Amino acid sequence: MTFRARHLLGIDHLKPDEIVSLLDLAEDYVALNRRTVKHSDALAGLTQINMFFENSTRTQASFELAGKRLGADVMNMAVSQSSVKKGETLIDTALTLNAMQPDLLVVRHPHSGAVNLLAEKVNCAVINAGDGRHEHPTQALLDALTIRRAKGRLHRLTVAICGDIAHSRVARSNLILLGKMENRIRLIGPATLMPSGASEMGVELYENMREGLKGADVVMMLRLQRERMDGGFIPSEREYFHRWGLDAEKLAMAAPDAIVMHPGPMNRGIEIDGTIADDINRSVIQDQVEMGVAVRMAALDLLARNLRAERGRMALGEV
Amino acid sequence: MDLIFSNARLIDPETLSDAPGSLRVTEGRIAGRGAPDEAAPEGAVVIDCGGRALAPGLVDWGVKIGEPGERHKESFRSAGRAAAAGGVTTMIARPDTMPPIDTPEALEFVTRRAQDAPVNIHHMAALTKSREGREMVEIGFLTDLGAVAFTDGVRVVRDSKLLSRCMTYARGLDALIVGHPQDAGLSQGAVATSGKFASLYGIPSVSPMAEVMGLDRDLALVGMTGCRWHADQITTAAALPALIRAREAGLDVTAGISIHHLTLNEFDVGDYRTFFRFTPPLRSEDDRQAMVQAVADGLIDVIASFHTPQDEESKRLPFEAAAPGAVGLQTLLPAAMRLYHQGGLSLPQLWRALSLNPARRLGLSSGRLSQGAPADLVLFDPDAPFLMDRFKLLSKSKNTPFDGARMQGRILGTWAAGNRVFGEPA
Repeated sequence: MTFRARHLLGIDHLKPDEIVSLLDLAEDYVALNRRTVKHSDALAGLTQINMFFENSTRTQASFELAGKRLGADVMNMAVSQSSVKKGETLIDTALTLNAMQPDLLVVRHPHSGAVNLLAEKVNCAVINAGDGRHEHPTQALLDALTIRRAKGRLHRLTVAICGDIAHSRVARSNLILLGKMENRIRLIGPATLMPSGASEMGVELYENMREGLKGADVVMMLRLQRERMDGGFIPSEREYFHRWGLDAEKLAMAAPDAIVMHPGPMNRGIEIDGTIADDINRSVIQDQVEMGVAVRMAALDLLARNLRAERGRMALGEV
Repeated sequence: MDLIFSNARLIDPETLSDAPGSLRVTEGRIAGRGAPDEAAPEGAVVIDCGGRALAPGLVDWGVKIGEPGERHKESFRSAGRAAAAGGVTTMIARPDTMPPIDTPEALEFVTRRAQDAPVNIHHMAALTKSREGREMVEIGFLTDLGAVAFTDGVRVVRDSKLLSRCMTYARGLDALIVGHPQDAGLSQGAVATSGKFASLYGIPSVSPMAEVMGLDRDLALVGMTGCRWHADQITTAAALPALIRAREAGLDVTAGISIHHLTLNEFDVGDYRTFFRFTPPLRSEDDRQAMVQAVADGLIDVIASFHTPQDEESKRLPFEAAAPGAVGLQTLLPAAMRLYHQGGLSLPQLWRALSLNPARRLGLSSGRLSQGAPADLVLFDPDAPFLMDRFKLLSKSKNTPFDGARMQGRILGTWAAGNRVFGEPA
């Protein structure tokens, strides 16, 4: 098993064999999570702090559960309501926390690059739970695990990522991961929601969703991120749904066994038709949530192993 | 039923030719051309043109029709009759109505109402909701329903970020945006072109540079977004270099001008004559001549009337308080004949700008004499003189700057898809 990283800040710095190692370990945790007694002592004695500078329910719950099932002492800090409001800078918050000797820090922040900045200031392992519109690595990993389980492989697949790509860190991380694993990626959406420079990213761009979905093995829908928009990207939700919302007619263009994914939370009737989201033959949206816990357990476990090894080397005076 | 237009002077803007010939029409479409005295097949109706000019019907880009909201100024029926009498076989209607055409529902309404008119009508839709420059309209739905272009008319979208998003979104859908090049701040409140005339008469005025500034901004955004774009009116020589640069850079940009800016100048306002109030205001004689040359050179693509019906009360006001614009459906062709008789432009050159280019730019198959094109035709005598009497106009509104003017160019007949919509039956 190879996983060398000290932090999990993004997919960008992971090698394909590290991704595979993490997914393989996550498979074990899927099995564990399906047992009645869902407990391991992999993180026993370690302290995990979840620091969410941005409101989150599902990701925070997923990380909390992952830590607890591995026996860590987990603490949630809703930073958006506390010290930041009193004027403390990100670095001061980090130093304060660092003084409490945590081992694993899970951070979400509304600004791109903020988690990297924080990781430089603390001496524990940091997991990026989403920074601005930059990366969301555990989402891409859980998507990868979901795809691998549904399709039997994670390479040579045609993956269509649809919707609000410009504002999506999920899209960025997936783009990098699926690219590293040698898949064919298509980005589909209105021109206003395409990131600039997309044409140089080694992907195929489609304005027309029917064209873009032709023969796709995986259809990955994204949420329309209205909170990250400063207005004016699309004229109306009804026009958006008409052109870029996933409905049965558009999905019929994809491969007959194509799976439908969505990182959640969904806007039914805006980017996805409710009946598609609920179709157990096509939709793997609930599987994604399940894989999320397992992937986060694997990530916490691997980082903790590296942390222990590093501390061991330090104790021996090797570093 | 077949129609033969024999003994005609055919004006073909595609080949820029002006030559005697005959034209054959089958089932509403142009079937072919022949010698002037070509024998008619049996059962065909022969129209002897008597050597008069036969040209594609005009495609008038930017017609204001008062529906909805101002039907007392113009209706689809009255505008359609005026168009037919003016040789205009296709009107491209403006969306600056009350309320504006900014929803699919509003577009469906005017599309239904347009059936009252005897000529073709295509609709432009607003670019932003209520033409307020804050949110883009449903460009996708409106395109699906047949909107040929998107414009807020003379209301400039001030927010460059919003405009860039509109352009990006439109590029994705291959929609055409029509801009009004003008710096909104600089030209605010101005009703004349700055200079000695405006100063002596004490009329609030603005430099033509406001148009250049607006054009520069819009072209920069077009370069950034890659959308298809058309300038409704370029009226000053100072704006031409930017247009040339944009074309050389490969931008998909075209430009138009109103017939009034090609035939009138700032001095025509005279003693505060409100029928000569336009947006943008009339320019200097130097600018006017430069624009005629720009049309001849093909730099300005489209000539249109910008038909803007205003009732008497909107014009019977102090100059700066009066409503801008003039009716033009029936005066477009005779006014264009001024340019022909002055020698600046040939008839095929004029028809390139009056019919062919607007049709091409809007994706219409009309505006030409080639085989298969719709038989939208105008038969006219370019030389016949007449005295313009505004009360004889068929528009509900009579606000023409050419009232009392000596003009040449009488329209003898107009056909839309082979059906005669104006003139005495043969």
